[in-house]
Amino acid sequence: MDLLSIARGPALKAALAIFFFGITWRLVTIFLLRHNWQLSFAREGRAGAWSGALKSVFTFRRPRLSRARRSSMEATADAAVAVGSRSWPHPPFVRRTLYGETIGYLYHIGLALVVIFGAPHILVLKSFFGVGWPALPTPIITIISVLTLALLFAALMRRLGSPVLRHLSNFDDYFSWSIVTLVFATGLMAHGHLGGPYQDVLAWHILSFDLLLAWFPFGKLMHAFFLTPSRAIAGYLLKRRGAPV
Amino acid sequence: MTPDNRVSSAAAIAASDIRQPHGHYDEEGGASAQARVNAAVRSFVLDVGAVSALRLDSCVHCGMCADACPFYVATDDPRYTPIHKVEPLKQTYKREAGPFAPFFKLLGLKRKVTIEELHEWEELLFDSCTLCGRCSLICPMGIDITALIEDARHGMSEAGLVPKALYEKAYRQHRSGNVFGLSNEEITRRLAGIGQEHGIDIPIDRAGAEIMVCTTVEEMDAYPATVAAMVRVLEHVGANYTFCSQAVDASNYGYVGGSLAWEREGIVRIVEAAKRYGVRTVVMPEDAFAYVALRWEGTELYGKALPFEVKHISEFMQEELAAGRLRLKKGNGADGGAVVLHESSQLLRRGGVVGAPLDLLEAMGVAFKRPADHGAFAWCCGGGGGVLENERAQPLRYRVFEARMREIEATQADEIVTCCSVCRRTFDDGVDRFGWDKRIVGLTEMVAAHLAG
Repeated sequence: MDLLSIARGPALKAALAIFFFGITWRLVTIFLLRHNWQLSFAREGRAGAWSGALKSVFTFRRPRLSRARRSSMEATADAAVAVGSRSWPHPPFVRRTLYGETIGYLYHIGLALVVIFGAPHILVLKSFFGVGWPALPTPIITIISVLTLALLFAALMRRLGSPVLRHLSNFDDYFSWSIVTLVFATGLMAHGHLGGPYQDVLAWHILSFDLLLAWFPFGKLMHAFFLTPSRAIAGYLLKRRGAPV
Repeated sequence: MTPDNRVSSAAAIAASDIRQPHGHYDEEGGASAQARVNAAVRSFVLDVGAVSALRLDSCVHCGMCADACPFYVATDDPRYTPIHKVEPLKQTYKREAGPFAPFFKLLGLKRKVTIEELHEWEELLFDSCTLCGRCSLICPMGIDITALIEDARHGMSEAGLVPKALYEKAYRQHRSGNVFGLSNEEITRRLAGIGQEHGIDIPIDRAGAEIMVCTTVEEMDAYPATVAAMVRVLEHVGANYTFCSQAVDASNYGYVGGSLAWEREGIVRIVEAAKRYGVRTVVMPEDAFAYVALRWEGTELYGKALPFEVKHISEFMQEELAAGRLRLKKGNGADGGAVVLHESSQLLRRGGVVGAPLDLLEAMGVAFKRPADHGAFAWCCGGGGGVLENERAQPLRYRVFEARMREIEATQADEIVTCCSVCRRTFDDGVDRFGWDKRIVGLTEMVAAHLAG
């Protein structure tokens, strides 16, 4: 069995098994920990609290606190800031966080575009799910890939260059970054027929993806699964107090 | 464990330098290092339920919380990054209770926290956090970091690793019901004295009252006019109210000092008194921490829903204003100069009392300004969460306070109005410390001075 067959066959199967079992285990074991039921009388009521949950996950504008003290101009500006209450920093925080937030957004978008609209990925997904969709033109995917790779390195530079991030960072941060970048770089190499025979480079691309799947449940990549419940719970609990979300 | 029993303090040695973390710890009691670590670990594990676990697991180390923290922004010291302040809690959770705990433990990937780490984190958890909640508002993952800091403080308290000055206040409150160690009779006498001094009759233990009013001995001592103002407002709106001699003081140093048992004691004292009188509402004093402890933490610690409503005095006045019972005449601030509103972080972001001061100031026709960051994003005065009481934290606290001074100077106001007595004490302290030419006013006093008729 050659390397490509191993990467596509047993390695992928093993990685998927770890991926699904690990994610389920991590989510279930957290859920099974003790729950603190909220006994206090909610200021906002149940519906209000749930609106806080939704707002924290999906919506849009800075907290509206001082009723009747807002001009229509301000309200319009709020509505125009059409990003999630946690999907983009509240305006007073933007100045200090703009650079990191922008890089983070852009490489996530780049990764998503390449994964979803790269022609070879669509073929793979079609083989799994039986459904396909139009791919983005090759030159566009190439440009997005190069830019995304540059952004991943910009994110690493920021992590290494910021005293706060250096202080916070651990093995997980660097290992997760390395795997994502490895998958991306080998994919780009295969796409551009660089770095050796196509079959070999493709095999390394798939093997690195297998590694990503296997690592996923153990490290910070899990934020993909934690983001929604975490924000929703924060929004719910803060809103039931009547506090800004 | 008593406060004078083997309390050691290395703080004095390093008090002038905020960048000497290892010099900043106190120990209460005579437990061994191992016993302290075990107590902290046990508490950390017991405190982490599903919600806290999700919070701890969700962090992506983006560092944004640093940009919201008054202590980091004032110092640029990365140790003050809020999520970093809960590292011992996180480490313990991963090692002892997380989804892969056996794996982490067997392979030694997560060490057990050490006494040295706990000593270092004592400063990070108590000296450099006011529980202001700004970090909880910025986190893109929705992590309520402030709640995690409360969890971590519980473990530190169990380990007897609380700043000495804060611990002593909490301990005195545990022993006698208030931080001055006064008997209920003495407090009642002092309350009556405030009434005499201000020419008002303060009802104490009046049967049949619908509202129980609380204050704190610190407010009675520092701001007796605020206590008198509360009474004037209650009389003005025709409330059927009383103070209760068993629970005049509502401050809760168990809450900020991290002791769940002592926090619960303070809550039970108020709840039992309120139940005895069968009141429908408990009006809390300006002390925002007293309010949050009873309103939001109280039910969980009491174990069942409270049989009465809990209202902060500003919230009570706002509702009375809306109901038309509180009638205010138009006027200015106390000196007629420009007024700036300082919003209490605890009241706003942890208590959910958001519009009361604005509505009241508007009703009084007081032309007021607000700092550049206000409302949900208001900066903390730097004295909440037990930091004001914590003498060794002074150099650090003043760094934060200087930033508040600059912010308020930019508004060109002469008078600062606040509806939290902890903020007010912090500002008063700052006025003394820096010879700052500002006058600090409590919102309740301002309202009482604008009562119509």
